Amino acid sequence: MTGALEAGPQVPPAERVIDVRDLRMRYGTKDVLTGVSFAARRGEVLALLGPNGAGKTTTIEILEGFRVRSSGEVNVLGADPAGAGEAWRARLGVVLQSWRDHGKWRVRELLGHLGMYYRRYSTEAKPRPWPVDDLLDVVGLTAAAEVRIHRLSGGQRRRLDVAIGIVGRPDVLFLDEPTVGFDPEARREFHDLVHRLTDVDDTTVLLTTHDLDEAEKLADRILVLSGGRIIADGSADELSRRVAGESEIRWTRDGQRFVHSAANPTPFVRELLLQHGDDVTELEVRRNSLEDTYMRLVHDFEGGRK
Amino acid sequence: MIETLRVGFARGLIEFRHTLTNAQDLWGYFFPSFGLLITLFFMGDATVPGTDFSLGASTLPSSLGMLVAFGGLITIAQYLIVDREDGTLLRAKATPHGMNGYLIGKVVSTGGMTLASLLIVLVPGIFLVDGIEFDAGGILTLLWLLPLAVVATVPIGASIGSFFDNPRSFGLIMLPLFGLVAISGIFYPIAAMPGWLQAIAQIFPIYWLGLGMRSAFLPGGFAAVELGDSWRHFETFGVLAVWAVAGLLLAPVLLRRMARRESGSAVAARRERALNSMVR
Repeated sequence: MTGALEAGPQVPPAERVIDVRDLRMRYGTKDVLTGVSFAARRGEVLALLGPNGAGKTTTIEILEGFRVRSSGEVNVLGADPAGAGEAWRARLGVVLQSWRDHGKWRVRELLGHLGMYYRRYSTEAKPRPWPVDDLLDVVGLTAAAEVRIHRLSGGQRRRLDVAIGIVGRPDVLFLDEPTVGFDPEARREFHDLVHRLTDVDDTTVLLTTHDLDEAEKLADRILVLSGGRIIADGSADELSRRVAGESEIRWTRDGQRFVHSAANPTPFVRELLLQHGDDVTELEVRRNSLEDTYMRLVHDFEGGRK
Repeated sequence: MIETLRVGFARGLIEFRHTLTNAQDLWGYFFPSFGLLITLFFMGDATVPGTDFSLGASTLPSSLGMLVAFGGLITIAQYLIVDREDGTLLRAKATPHGMNGYLIGKVVSTGGMTLASLLIVLVPGIFLVDGIEFDAGGILTLLWLLPLAVVATVPIGASIGSFFDNPRSFGLIMLPLFGLVAISGIFYPIAAMPGWLQAIAQIFPIYWLGLGMRSAFLPGGFAAVELGDSWRHFETFGVLAVWAVAGLLLAPVLLRRMARRESGSAVAARRERALNSMVR
């Protein structure tokens, strides 16, 4: 079954902003990536899911040009990240998990300074950098513009990381676990921001996350990485349909709550309504959640390997 | 190139300003200067052994040479190590021409601070000791000596910094450097040292920077206590130039290697290590 999923949706070669074929990475004798292939088109949001140690960070670092792969073909914005120059770098946004760098700088000062590096790459279609005041507004840091960075809260700091990632108005944006440590409100705001980026600037986004809910909300397509390979590639909806699973049916009758699982809920519900008619209230049928799908995929894959 | 220089310069000025407005940084920079001033004060009327030249007058310019060497060797190395650990360098790498901008910025900011720490010793120092003579010849000497000092030390300092990735192992660099200062004729005339120590000292730039500074700030007669009874400008230029060439050949290779190894997971691993060592 995973064989059918592996192929994933076909992205025509001409539209590929990110194109990865048979990417392999080996550290010493340990194979971390054993043949990763996927592609992304302009303006698409891809979420890379997978258990710890599956190779998500390695993959994203190879695409960012921060790590040299063992073998395979990788193409980002028409160039191989391993040897691409500074003009290529200028079209890329990388959101890093910051810690305490530039602690003495003020928020506006740092964004203004980092923006300067992108001035020479400004084009008519895409003026660079992003004006600092607009950028502060977009990430919700206007009130903190003059604050020294070491005084920011964790959530503010992550928003600053995102702002730094997009200050050059990138064509491709990489985010490695962008919302770790966000409260629900900050997370919601961050999701709105990503939507705005893809809508307004047609930015292609590749993010890794552990948050399945986030992947479902943000991503046009989800890639599941496990054991060094992509074991599934598709929208959340497609993935859950492709994984055979049980649906959950819940209802209330005579003040009592019932739960039942069925591989095919339709005959069960018909039978239920035939028997009890209007006595059945609060009827819900839930197909596999993304979480169920994901667990199932990873579990099946790992089981299959043993 | 011009654009990178401009951005790097802007970066250096911002960092310079941050340092000037931060008490802890100022203390770090100026503490050695105050220490030197106090030393000069206590030297009082002491003379260079075997002569009637003022020891203070000789030590003042020597220590300026040492400050320049420290500024170029240690400060840059220290910044590279700390900035690597906290992810500043990774940010630079993620920015187009960011590494170059970063390095230019560092040279500007540490250059500015080194100059400031020189002035802090020099200006009061002139009133503390007798016998300083700074004339047109001295200015001329500084005009070639100071730029050469920067080129001879900063690339070497950067190379040292690229080797270490743990700020807590920095003592490994400091100890031999202090040893070198002790034998380089900064606080005590090198002529009084055993021959083999003189030979070692003359391999490294600290001795020559001290000598060059003495030649700029002392009357010609002082040259009599130096090795070879001369200021040896030609040799000073030669040794510093060799260090400059070596540094300029070595630094780009080492810095590129260091930059190539930077990645989010490398920074994350260092953060992990730092947090662990704080807990312990």
